[in-house]
Amino acid sequence: MVDITPADGIPPAEVAEMELYHPHSWWTKYVFSQDAKVIAIQYSATATGIGLVALVLSWLMRLQLGFPGTFDFITPEAYYQFITMHGMIMVIYLLTALFLGGFGNYLIPLMVGARDMVFPYVNMLSYWIYLLAVLVLVSSFFAPGGPTGAGWTLYPPQAIMSGTPGGQDWGIILMLSSLILFIIGFTMGGLNYVVTVLQGRTRGMTLMRLPLTVWGIFTATVMALLAFPALFVACVMMLFDRALGTSFFMPAISEMGEQLQHGGGSPILFQHLFWFFGHPEVYIVALPAFGIVSDLISTHARKNIFGYRMMVWAIVGIGALSFVVWAHHMYVSGMHPYFGFFFATTTLIIAIPTAIKVYNWVLTLWRGDIHLTIPMLFALAFIVTFVNGGLTGLFLGNVVVDVPLSDTMFVVAHFHMVMGVAPILVVFGAIYHWYPKVTGRMLNETLGRFHFWATFLGAYLIFFPMHYLGLMGVPRRYNELTDMTVMTESAHHLNSFISIMAFIVGFAQIVFLFNLIWSIRHGREAGGNPWRATTLEWQTPQTPPAHGNFGKDLPIVYRWAYDYSVPGAKEDFIPQNVPGSFGPSKEPA
Amino acid sequence: MSVIIVFLFVIAGFAGWWLSHQRLMSRPWLEQGLAGDFVALDRSALPTAKIGLGVFLAVVGCLFALFTSAYFMRMALSDWQPLPLPRLLWLNTGVLVLSSVALQCAVVAARKRQIDMVRLGLATAGLTALAFLIGQLMAWRQLTEDGYLLSSNPANSFFYLITGMHGLHILGGLVGLGRTTAGAWNGARPERLRLGVELCAMYWHFLLFVWLAIFALLAGWAATFIDICRQLLI
Repeated sequence: MVDITPADGIPPAEVAEMELYHPHSWWTKYVFSQDAKVIAIQYSATATGIGLVALVLSWLMRLQLGFPGTFDFITPEAYYQFITMHGMIMVIYLLTALFLGGFGNYLIPLMVGARDMVFPYVNMLSYWIYLLAVLVLVSSFFAPGGPTGAGWTLYPPQAIMSGTPGGQDWGIILMLSSLILFIIGFTMGGLNYVVTVLQGRTRGMTLMRLPLTVWGIFTATVMALLAFPALFVACVMMLFDRALGTSFFMPAISEMGEQLQHGGGSPILFQHLFWFFGHPEVYIVALPAFGIVSDLISTHARKNIFGYRMMVWAIVGIGALSFVVWAHHMYVSGMHPYFGFFFATTTLIIAIPTAIKVYNWVLTLWRGDIHLTIPMLFALAFIVTFVNGGLTGLFLGNVVVDVPLSDTMFVVAHFHMVMGVAPILVVFGAIYHWYPKVTGRMLNETLGRFHFWATFLGAYLIFFPMHYLGLMGVPRRYNELTDMTVMTESAHHLNSFISIMAFIVGFAQIVFLFNLIWSIRHGREAGGNPWRATTLEWQTPQTPPAHGNFGKDLPIVYRWAYDYSVPGAKEDFIPQNVPGSFGPSKEPA
Repeated sequence: MSVIIVFLFVIAGFAGWWLSHQRLMSRPWLEQGLAGDFVALDRSALPTAKIGLGVFLAVVGCLFALFTSAYFMRMALSDWQPLPLPRLLWLNTGVLVLSSVALQCAVVAARKRQIDMVRLGLATAGLTALAFLIGQLMAWRQLTEDGYLLSSNPANSFFYLITGMHGLHILGGLVGLGRTTAGAWNGARPERLRLGVELCAMYWHFLLFVWLAIFALLAGWAATFIDICRQLLI
């Protein structure tokens, strides 16, 4: 071990104290707060609220698919609206907002040893614009014609034609406006997350000493800042097409026997723009999950993360690569074969850094002192689920396999496994892990274990059968499958089974919400560092951390974030702000 | 999508250069303590606000690069009819250059702490930027009067869309400039004022650059330039 503390002691901290805004009233403390921790909770609560709407929408879809013809109120139009809103909410308004707005806001300042985000006012604005975006989205449920039913990809020309629900009503306009607002709000928040990691780090916290959670959120935010403009451009241009009659995306087309005024536009152009955002979006959700899961595994296996440097490089590499794979979502749009070949190659190359990460997680567990706490259970479940979803990604990344599987339930199963279930498992694990820091109390253990097993097993019982349905040729996006030849009787039974499991898993989430609320008052007292973790957020003088996070002085960082079970140390963890070196090198030879 | 890919390569190159100075090859598990040579790695000496603005400008650049990409892809389709640019745009370009120059003068004056010159520079920049926006609106009116309507051809649609987007960014910049100008009159601290003026100048120069690029794009020179490059490559 190398001790690089200079012999003449540590020079005084030269970090300029930031001017903290101190709230004077209840309103500025809890509502219009500039404290990143309050903003994080606001983000998380809003995301969870809108996520519940999406959960109910998925139940409604499953009612129709599992028991077709039983529920009259689920018309084909309503079904498409449920699909669209479920997808859009889950991907953007729940996952993106929760990982970056929620976890990013809470963890970045605490983990890098800052008092707050660097631009607190802009940070506050970011949340309120996000809330406005959510309200605009929700308002489309009450608009004449209802929300848009164009599918979450909003492909033109159908998205803005009268045959699609909301296409010629308010639905699509509200959807696009809401997305534009979301992107503006996110950019404000994202600037904060990036610049806080760059400039807010405390003394001694070099980039290579950052916990992987921060690396994941940081890289994902950089990607989001560069990818969301593509969605912004696509939304603005489609809004022009719909509201002002331009023809960016709209080809010459007739509707109900009438020639529309549009002409000459290119729907493929929209697909390029959309997926230029859409593919990085997958990793915008996945990278924070990768980072968080690394920290959970290291902490709960009492062992340093295996291959920290590789983990960092893999995160950065995945982030860069994800910008050159977008057209693998467009294999069936009639592209040049060489074009498809190129994108299949880049897609499969991403498997390399991703596999490095999986191996490193497994090797971290190897001979670790594994505590099967609830966060650890969720982390382990994530690894399994992510590998599962990733393997079907290899199927779909190849053009020849993708073409027959395209638009089947196989695709639905794939992206739910890899982008739905896997990151959500990390969200749960992270909530069980950091809830004691946020509230000072532990979540109820029994309810937590029930929640874990119901969610984990239930999600597999939902999505595994879907792969088989997809291989049989059952298409996605159809609200009525009864008369199709691919739908044998057993396939119908399978569909009903999936629906019942979906209700059970949804119910387990309500138990989880109950646990969240119940434990604020009745949970076991947690103390400052219940998991005996090394990172700075567990070393705050108060729990929950007070305004300004750390006491009078900012912590000084002397080591990386993963000093667990160091030989020679008194305890099996050494916090990042503890000086001195331990280990065999200190002993006389 | 080649324009945005090139843009992202530039960003990636910059990010790579920065990362290469962050000791990514170090072995953090072996290094304990707080060495003197780590201090430089803690954070950049640049003011945080400048770095924040830099990141924001990268996002804005990305936005316009994407509009340009879309422009080239849409341009390749058969119904594209380029529109004649109004002569007024040349005058507007001159006014915007003037605005940038005025802000640069304000920066120089702020460094020398000549508060009167700072005020003059800021006011000139604000007024010329307003004049630019009015000029752009007049160019729009000229075009609509000549029958080049928003929805009659994709070239027109892109013209209004991109110039409008650029105008909105100038408008947003004017809010910041207004706050700095108010500070210059109400006796802000010299350090703070200087930072404010420098931030405004940085934003203004960037938007001038974006405008020149847009102008070249809308006038068709950018397409010609790319054609020449392509011929050289093949």
